[in-house]
Amino acid sequence: MDVFEPKIIGFLCNWCSYAGADLAGVSRLQYPPNFRAIRLMCTGRIDPTFVFKALAEGADGVLIAGCHPGDCHYTEGNLNAARRYHLMMKVLEDFGVERGRVRLEWISAAEGPLFAKVIRDFTEIVRALGPFNQAAESGAGDTVCAS
Amino acid sequence: MRKLRLASYWASACGGCDVAILDTNEHILDIAAVADIVFWPVAVDFKYSDVEAYDDRSIDVCLFHGAVRNSENEHLARLLRQKSEVLVAFGSCAVSGGIPALANFKRREDILNRVYRESPSTENPESVLPQPHFTAGDITLDLPDFYRRVYALDDIVPVDYYLPGCPPTPERIWEVFEVIVSGQLPPAGSTVGVADHSLCHECSRVKKEKKVKTFYRPHEIIPDRENCLLEQGLICLGPVTRGGCGARCIAANMACRGCYGPMPGIIDQGAKFISTLGSIIDEDRVEDAGAVIDRIVDPAGTFFRFSMAKSLLKGARQP
Repeated sequence: MDVFEPKIIGFLCNWCSYAGADLAGVSRLQYPPNFRAIRLMCTGRIDPTFVFKALAEGADGVLIAGCHPGDCHYTEGNLNAARRYHLMMKVLEDFGVERGRVRLEWISAAEGPLFAKVIRDFTEIVRALGPFNQAAESGAGDTVCAS
Repeated sequence: MRKLRLASYWASACGGCDVAILDTNEHILDIAAVADIVFWPVAVDFKYSDVEAYDDRSIDVCLFHGAVRNSENEHLARLLRQKSEVLVAFGSCAVSGGIPALANFKRREDILNRVYRESPSTENPESVLPQPHFTAGDITLDLPDFYRRVYALDDIVPVDYYLPGCPPTPERIWEVFEVIVSGQLPPAGSTVGVADHSLCHECSRVKKEKKVKTFYRPHEIIPDRENCLLEQGLICLGPVTRGGCGARCIAANMACRGCYGPMPGIIDQGAKFISTLGSIIDEDRVEDAGAVIDRIVDPAGTFFRFSMAKSLLKGARQP
């Protein structure tokens, strides 16, 4: 049987974590190709809708990564992200989304090796959790789905 | 002028939408003057077989309340779509699942177990669950199939208009009737009887900077009547919810529960409200903010109270 290859969406802030990912790239650090990066100016831009939509449309895991607390380019955007993340995880728990599928990390522009390590760890965690596959399972068995 | 042929049906609903129609008070007589009621189970004695005998599209307007929870609801949704010229998803349950769709947080088996076996007031020593088919001698009895999850009306059949609210307010209902009678119908697919701004826009309370250190449940405090309820720590869905209701709950000193659905442009009312609430918590240290958040009871059920069937995830993942 083939090994499950999860799809992982990452929302990276422009000033720290995207630069950290860039550093991992130019340093030729190896990490799995399951990760798709989306660059935003700040993690404070991340509406929980983005995470819900990613999960609803086929992502198996979502990473949010930004500047360390105190380092935000916009002073406190990352603190907003952290508060929303905490509340969102409480809500996602009721939706049956395992804690390991959605992850918040602080990765600075100098932390290329940390970025590569986070992606390696996270990919294996999501791989172990298996496919998320929300739409296919939720209504299976109802006649409305058959018609 | 030919009288309109009007139908009203309740699927998975509480009956509050039917009461809301009656709450148009003396206007109900004006409705009777321009429309013949050809199907309204809560008020008039027509049978499903009467509806099946109608010509296709012979009902001018059908007001469909309630979500689709079982095979009977689905059958009537399809039947009334076939027999109606204009089908209106009437009330939050038909529009977006409403309260019944909160059951989507649970699996069908868990719901049946809870209701028929575990609830404290249930005595069921033989552990019997309702079966769709039951035969005794030469008689077979049928019950509708209980679906795995709750659907909004337009998950099943195309819908012409959406009139949200739990229930829609009588003023909005009457306005919609006036539009129907005038024949000046809005474009198909429109949400009617609503405003395009948020509830906050029509709320008259004083709004200052939103910084909240503690959230309360409605029974824990008596809020003052002057200031924003959200700023007083009550979970008010006003910022993400469509106006049009006239802020009736706010006038009764109750926070908005979100029944008019998401503002235009919001994809997922509950997810958007996480964004709202997360950004007004007045704690900078992540641990302190976490402590505030952990005191919020049932955030998922509160934020998705009326919009579950139309939310992005539509329900809990079924293991």
